[in-house]
Amino acid sequence: MTALDRKLIRDFRRLWAQALAIALVLACGVAILLTTFGTFVSLEQTRSAYYERNRFADVFADANRAPRWLMQDIRRIEGVRAADARVSQFAVLDVPGRTETVTARILSLPATGSPRLNLPLLRAGRLPSPGAATEVAVNAPFAAANDLRPGDTFHANLNGYRRELTLTGTVLSPEFIYTIGPGALMPDNRTFGVLWMPANAVAAAFDMDGAFNNVTLRLGRGASPEEVIDRLDTLLEPYGGLGAHGRDMQQSNSFIESELDQLRTSAMILPPIFYAISAFLVAMVMSRIIALERSEIGLLKAVGYSDAEICVHYLLLAVLIATAGTLIGWGAGTWLARALARLYAQFFDFPYLIYNLDLGAYALSGLLAIASAALGAGRSALRAARLPPAVAMAPPAPPRFRRTWLDRGMAALHLSQPVVMILRSLLRWPLRSALTALGLALAVAVLVATSFFPAALDELVSTTFDRANRQDAVLMFEPDIPETALADVMRLPGVMRAEGQQFHAAVLRHGHREKDVAIEARRPGADLARIIATDGRAVDPPPRGLMLSERLARHLDVRTGDLIEVTLLGGVNETHLVPVSGLVTQYIGLGAYMDLGTLSRLLRQAPRISVANLEVDARALPRLHRVLKDTPELGGLIDMAGMRRSFEATIRENIDIMTTIYLTVAVLITVGVAYNGARIQLSERARELASLRILGFSRGEVSFILVGETMILALLAQPPGWLLGAGIARALAAGSTSDLYEIPLVLEPSGYAFASLVVLAAALLSSLVVRRRLDRLDLVQVMKTRE
Amino acid sequence: MSAVFRTHDLTKVYDTGELQVRALDGVNLALYSGELAVLLGPSGSGKSTLLNILGGLDHATSGQVWFRDLEISALGDRDLTRYRRDHVGFVFQFYNLVASLSARENVQLVTDVARDPMPAAEALAQVGLEDRMDHFPAEMSGGEQQRVAIARAIAKRPEVLLCDEPTGALDSKTGVQVLEVLRDVNDRLGTSTAVITHNAAIRRMAHRVVYFRDGRIERVEENATRIAPSEISW
Repeated sequence: MTALDRKLIRDFRRLWAQALAIALVLACGVAILLTTFGTFVSLEQTRSAYYERNRFADVFADANRAPRWLMQDIRRIEGVRAADARVSQFAVLDVPGRTETVTARILSLPATGSPRLNLPLLRAGRLPSPGAATEVAVNAPFAAANDLRPGDTFHANLNGYRRELTLTGTVLSPEFIYTIGPGALMPDNRTFGVLWMPANAVAAAFDMDGAFNNVTLRLGRGASPEEVIDRLDTLLEPYGGLGAHGRDMQQSNSFIESELDQLRTSAMILPPIFYAISAFLVAMVMSRIIALERSEIGLLKAVGYSDAEICVHYLLLAVLIATAGTLIGWGAGTWLARALARLYAQFFDFPYLIYNLDLGAYALSGLLAIASAALGAGRSALRAARLPPAVAMAPPAPPRFRRTWLDRGMAALHLSQPVVMILRSLLRWPLRSALTALGLALAVAVLVATSFFPAALDELVSTTFDRANRQDAVLMFEPDIPETALADVMRLPGVMRAEGQQFHAAVLRHGHREKDVAIEARRPGADLARIIATDGRAVDPPPRGLMLSERLARHLDVRTGDLIEVTLLGGVNETHLVPVSGLVTQYIGLGAYMDLGTLSRLLRQAPRISVANLEVDARALPRLHRVLKDTPELGGLIDMAGMRRSFEATIRENIDIMTTIYLTVAVLITVGVAYNGARIQLSERARELASLRILGFSRGEVSFILVGETMILALLAQPPGWLLGAGIARALAAGSTSDLYEIPLVLEPSGYAFASLVVLAAALLSSLVVRRRLDRLDLVQVMKTRE
Repeated sequence: MSAVFRTHDLTKVYDTGELQVRALDGVNLALYSGELAVLLGPSGSGKSTLLNILGGLDHATSGQVWFRDLEISALGDRDLTRYRRDHVGFVFQFYNLVASLSARENVQLVTDVARDPMPAAEALAQVGLEDRMDHFPAEMSGGEQQRVAIARAIAKRPEVLLCDEPTGALDSKTGVQVLEVLRDVNDRLGTSTAVITHNAAIRRMAHRVVYFRDGRIERVEENATRIAPSEISW
């Protein structure tokens, strides 16, 4: 090891506190990039490998009842490589040991045994025998949640008939990586499952002999999904086609897609902030080191070290800091990524591990760390290299202070000398002051940007549950039942109030924009599930017209009063021009609301309902569940209070984790910036401050100068921090908005105040730590030191 | 005796924007192989500037400088670095040791890059510091630190040793010890040595004394008899 390398290592050790403060900020960037980008890559790769191996379909469509021979025409659509027809039905299960009704989606398995597309991946046992009438396979998470094993039996209400089914095996499917029951907000494997059953048995149970109601297609390379979807819609239209769609609208896939989007957004917004702050901190520290080592640089040149060797020497110091940051970041990032993978494991059912962090993510995060540190050190290192040796050997000229209008202003204000010293130093290095303030502003911004999540959740929950959906439970029917049957619902145990609501599949078009939605229709005055207009009032859809959620309106580019085309699917297939009569605040789902009478007229049928919203006496719930398990035509019961609880608990936990992480991150940024800033000031001003002490200033008065400068910058950082934070929050909210949900942007004064308090406190503490060094300053020694 | 350094009309002007300072004003001088020369003059007389230019630390504004046959006033930065690395040893008033390196490591700083250096331990032994090799600068007296600086300068076996006020920061007793080391190096190794000082007492140990005033050479004296450093005091 050369003497210069030894100097490097000893310098690094001497600077450990400052180096650590920077390394930790850098580590945040590395960890977040590693976590978000690494998880993005591994999630994406796992998903695409799974899709490929298990032949996940490209196009999906439902219809009421289509004849089997139609499959020949469907297979002949240009671009279709393979097609599978299935029967898909909902059923209520009676699982031993579970009080609540369990809803299941039943999918038929072809008579040949295994389907061509969306291959179920066997986890235990075997698939049902094609000829067996009562054998089923279930999705593995459902089996696990309900403690079901191959060989176990349970009951199901199939089209009004109670049957005993035998579980032959558990499977995973690329169609159900994210499994969410009808009407639910979160996956709940206890109360929703997927059943695979031989085609003959399903056809017999649901009277679907020679027919299908669900088709999935895999397309050839270069095929246009849009054209295939159009052709498929045309073929299915006479049979109650409910609108074909691509992977983008497939529920499980679109949830993963929105997760990937969020990871991408986070990977692009957050890490650059940390890398930039680190580069600035490295620049600040290196510029000071080079000022202090001026004569050593001169000496190195005098004894024959080249410019390049000196430049590399100082760059290596930055690289050491970056290496420390990278190692800490990799450690933290690996841990975070595993935590995230565990979180994903709660929601996503993949057959393989997804936290195999890609080596590329490690390399990228590390290289960016080294590059940003080197970039920060670059200017100083080059300056060191370019410093003429004779100049380097001479002491530096004292900084030039000139009288400006500001000085006259300060004089007019009769400021004390320490205050003048602080202000003048801020103005003497305006770029450094501005960047320090910016660094602190970013810490404020990170906190403001995260503080919006809990507030957003409160807003989302209160709008969704307190104001819009106030029912205790939702009773689902499969298929729709006449509205008159509500009277029977009212007679169910514990039901105090029941209101009907219909969901009907439709395509909305405006110009070239279109969207597949389920129109929700209800009677005026419905009080359990209400529509909340953008002005906050509960409203009824007018007799003519459609109310749209703001997000849907944005998507279709319509305003109140515009006319849109509404094509009602599922049999009638007629298109009507309907005015948009108002906008609705809604964060979950793409709502389109209509009056039930109006919809029934358009459908030319007596009013029917898909669900009944119930007010239920909680004590009677177990009895209600028991009765429902034996009720035909029932698709299941959603316990809204339970759903709200599990939704809130899950999201709240995630928000708590995230808030903790960002709080740590903001404190690290603040400490990194404030501590380094104060250390550099102390180093530059040691003589000045010691002189003041000799002149009779007290410790408190002298530390006021030191702490004052940091705190003035911290105060100046607040307003831009708030603005930046609001901007980042807006970007994060926009980045996590999808067809499925929208995160409202709620910025409360308390969020700003919290952010400011944390940053000001951390800045004060950091500068007080440096102040302790001031107390230990040896006055005589400092005065003797040659600058 | 052959000349190690020759200068021709060497001029250096510092331009600070507001005023021009002629630090060197047409200096013609030769320093000879194996000689110990003292450059004497008040501060600001141009002697440090001359030393910097001779050592390849600074460029002249006009005029020429030769190191033997090499015209160093015509060299670019890269070649000057090469020149300093291979031929020149420096000793400064404030020692300029790297605080984070021990005595031995400070010397190694030079032996790491020199062409044919002596071992660091040997260089330190030459200046009588064989027992203090692993001490850090902060643990040594000023005189010891300056001897480390001399060891560092001679470790590369330079042809010339340029010393800028080597005793300027030292008291008389320690200063004399440092001068003895310089004299010893000059005698035993035959290294041509130029010592800059404003301390007239030192002039009597030199072969020749060059008097500076206002950027010019005032006169050059040859000492018929040199005295030992131990006889000097101030």
